[in-house]
Amino acid sequence: MAVQKLPLAKALNESLRKALETDPKVLIMGEDVGKLGGVFRITDGLQKDFGEDRVIDTPLAESGIVGTAIGLALRGYRPVVEIQFDGFVFPAYDQIVTQLAKMHARALGKIKLPVVIRIPYGGGIGAVEHHSESPEALFAHVAGLKVVSPSNSSDAYWMLQQAIQSDDPVIFFEPKRRYWDKSEVDTEAIPGPLHAARVAQPGSDVTLAAYGPMVKVCLEAAAAAAEEGKSVEVLDLRSMSPIDFDTIQTSVEKTGRLVVVHEAPVFYGSGAEIAARITERCFYHLEAPVLRVGGFHAPYPPARLEEEYLPGLDRVLDAVDRSLAY
Amino acid sequence: MTVESTAAARKPRRASKRASATKKPQSSEPQLVQLLTPEGERVQHPEYDIDLSADELRGLYRDMVLTRRFDSEATALQRQGELGLWASLLGQEAAQIGSGRALRDDDYVFPTYREHGVAWCRGVDPTNLLGMFRGVNHGGWDPTTNNFHLYTIVIGSQTLHATGYAMGVAKDGADSAVIAYFGDGASSQGDVAESFTFSAVYNAPVVFFCQNNQWAISEPTERQTRVPLYQRAQGFGFPGVRVDGNDVLACLAVTRSALERARRGEGPTLVEAFTYRMGAHTTSDDPTKYRHDDERAAWEAKDPILRLRTYLEAEGHADEAFFTSLDEESDVLAKRVREAVRAMPDPEDMAMFDHVYADGHSLVDEERAQFAAYQASFAEEGN
Ligand SMILES: Cc1ncc(C[n+]2csc(CCOP(=O)(O)OP(=O)(O)O)c2C)c(N)n1
Repeated sequence: MAVQKLPLAKALNESLRKALETDPKVLIMGEDVGKLGGVFRITDGLQKDFGEDRVIDTPLAESGIVGTAIGLALRGYRPVVEIQFDGFVFPAYDQIVTQLAKMHARALGKIKLPVVIRIPYGGGIGAVEHHSESPEALFAHVAGLKVVSPSNSSDAYWMLQQAIQSDDPVIFFEPKRRYWDKSEVDTEAIPGPLHAARVAQPGSDVTLAAYGPMVKVCLEAAAAAAEEGKSVEVLDLRSMSPIDFDTIQTSVEKTGRLVVVHEAPVFYGSGAEIAARITERCFYHLEAPVLRVGGFHAPYPPARLEEEYLPGLDRVLDAVDRSLAY
Repeated sequence: MTVESTAAARKPRRASKRASATKKPQSSEPQLVQLLTPEGERVQHPEYDIDLSADELRGLYRDMVLTRRFDSEATALQRQGELGLWASLLGQEAAQIGSGRALRDDDYVFPTYREHGVAWCRGVDPTNLLGMFRGVNHGGWDPTTNNFHLYTIVIGSQTLHATGYAMGVAKDGADSAVIAYFGDGASSQGDVAESFTFSAVYNAPVVFFCQNNQWAISEPTERQTRVPLYQRAQGFGFPGVRVDGNDVLACLAVTRSALERARRGEGPTLVEAFTYRMGAHTTSDDPTKYRHDDERAAWEAKDPILRLRTYLEAEGHADEAFFTSLDEESDVLAKRVREAVRAMPDPEDMAMFDHVYADGHSLVDEERAQFAAYQASFAEEGN
C-alpha cells in the first residue's frame, strides 16, 4: 500500500532502505548502525539486508567518520553518515566546516560532495548532557552546506531521499522527540522541492514559522488560539539553509505579523536571520516587530528543567498575544 | 604449491583482503599481568608483585562490594523511574578499585561517566554521582575537593584535559600524578591520539587507564583496533601494559607502578585493564541485539569480587563475621542512596541562568529577568 501511517523513525528507516535499493553507491556509516540498528533504531535491519559493505559500523570517531565519508564521496559513493547525538557532532565539526563545505568551490565545481550527515537533535526526551542540543545555526552559517529538518513522517521519508540525491552536502537534522509520532506517508507521491517551506495550517492574523520539533507545538498553539478567535498561520520551514523566504513573505504580507519559533537559543539563532530578512522584505506590511521564541543563552539545562527551557504552548501563545497587541 | 592453493591465490585480491579484515587479529594473545587467578589463587609476577596486609586486602574487598551494591541500587532506581539513565560498572569493580586505591590524595583524576568505583576511592559521596543521571544537574560535585574531575560524556575529551593538567603539574615542579580513564571505544577518538602525542613529547606525568570492557555500545573492540590496545603506546614512545582488569591486586600494582614512574619524571604510561562490561552499556541499551549470553557467562567465571573472596577465605584473612557485617553495611549504603535520591529536589527554574559566566553577561541578566516576569505572570493569574 502506498499510504501508510508510520512513526517518523520508521519512515526514515524505510527511506534509507529505498535509497540503498535504488542506488548501489549509497552507503550508511556510523557508530552502532549495524547489528544494533543505531541507538534510535533508524538503521534497524539494514545491515542484515544490505550487508556490512553497505551499512558500515565505524570506529568511535566522528572526525574519522566524516573525513572518510568525504573520501568515499570523492570516489563516487554517496555516504549517509549517522552522528549518534547532536552534542557529538563537534569532533567532526572541523571536517564538516573546513573540508566538506568548501571542497566543491575550491575545485571550481569539478568535484561533488554528496554526503548526508544525519543528526538526531533537540530536547524533550529527558536525556543527559550533550543529548538535547539544537546546533543548526552553527551549520547554516557555513556556506557550502545545506541544512534541513523534517517535522513529520512524510517529510522524513521524502526529504531524506532528496538529501541523498543532492550533489551538495546536506546536514539532516532529525527531531528526536518526534521519532515516535505517527503520521501518514505516501510512498508513491511526488514530493515537493527539498527546500520549500510548507503552509502547515492556514490563518490570517499572525504567522508562526517553525521547523522540526517545534512545528507540532505551533500547530497546537494555533488550535488553542483558534478557540480564542485568533487565526494563526503555521509555516513548516523544512529547510534552514537555504530558507524559503518567499513563502514566509507571502504569509507575512497576508497576516502582517511573524513569530519565529525554535528550540535553539535565540541569540544569533536562525530566528535572527529570518527576522532581519523579513523586516527588509516586508517592512511596510509588518504590523508588529518580528518576535522570536526559543532557548536561552545558557547551556541546555539538566532534564528536570527542560520543560522550562523548551518553548512550549504557553510561550508561543504569549508571543502571539504580544505580536497582536502592537 | 597445490592446485587448490593456486586456485585460492587467484581469487580477487581485494575480496580476500576484505574478508580477513573482518576476522579477529592474528597476533598471539598478549600476556596479562595477573596476581590473583580467577580461581582465587595468588600468583607471583616478576615485575609487579605487591605485598598487602590482611587489612588492606579486606579493604579492597569492601570497596568492591560496596561499589557493586551502589551500582545495583542505582540500576534499580533507574528502573523505578528515579533516574533518567544509569551507566553500570558491573564487572569493572577491580579495574576501578585497584587503580583508584593506587592514587595519592594529591593526584588528579579525569573520569568518563562510569567511574563510580574510582569516585568511591576518592571520597566523593556516591549520592553526588546520581544528580546528573537524575537530571537535576550536569555534575554535582566540586572537582577540586577530591581531585576528581566531573564526569565527561563526550568520548575521549578528558584525556587531553588530563594531559594538560599533568603538563601543569610538571611545570609546577610537583610530584603529583594524573590519571585519565577511558574505554576501548574511546581509543579511536582523535583526542585520545592527540593526548598520547602531547603527553609523550612533553613527558607529562599522566597515566592513561583504559578499561577495555570489550564493547563500545554494540561495537566490539575489533571494530576499534587491529592491535591489542596497550601496544598503541609504543608507537607514541611510552610504555603500555595489559593487566587483568578483573584482578584488583594486579590493577593496584600496575597502576601504582605507572604512577610512580610518572612521579619520577619518566612520563606517561598506558594501562589497558582487560575486563568486561557485564550489563548493558546503559539502562537505555539492549545488548541482546548484538551479543550472546554465553560470552557473559564466560566472564562471570572471572568475577573480580568472587575471586578475592575465595582468596580471603582460603588464607583465613576474613571470617564470616566480616562478610556478614559487610552485607549489613551494603544494605545501609543502599538505603541511604535510595533515600537521598528520592529526596533530591528539582532545581529552581532560574537555576538555568546561574553560572553561565564567571564574570556575568548582560544578555543572560536580561533573559533571566524576562523569564522571571513571564513565570510570575502565571502566579498573578492564579494558575
Ligand atoms: C564523541 C561521542 N560520540 C558518541 C558518543 C555516544 N556514546 C556514548 S558511550 C559510547 C561507547 C563508549 O565506549 P567505550 O569508550 O568503550 O566506553 P564504555 O562505555 O564501554 O566504558 C558511545 C558511542 C559519545 N558519548 N561521545
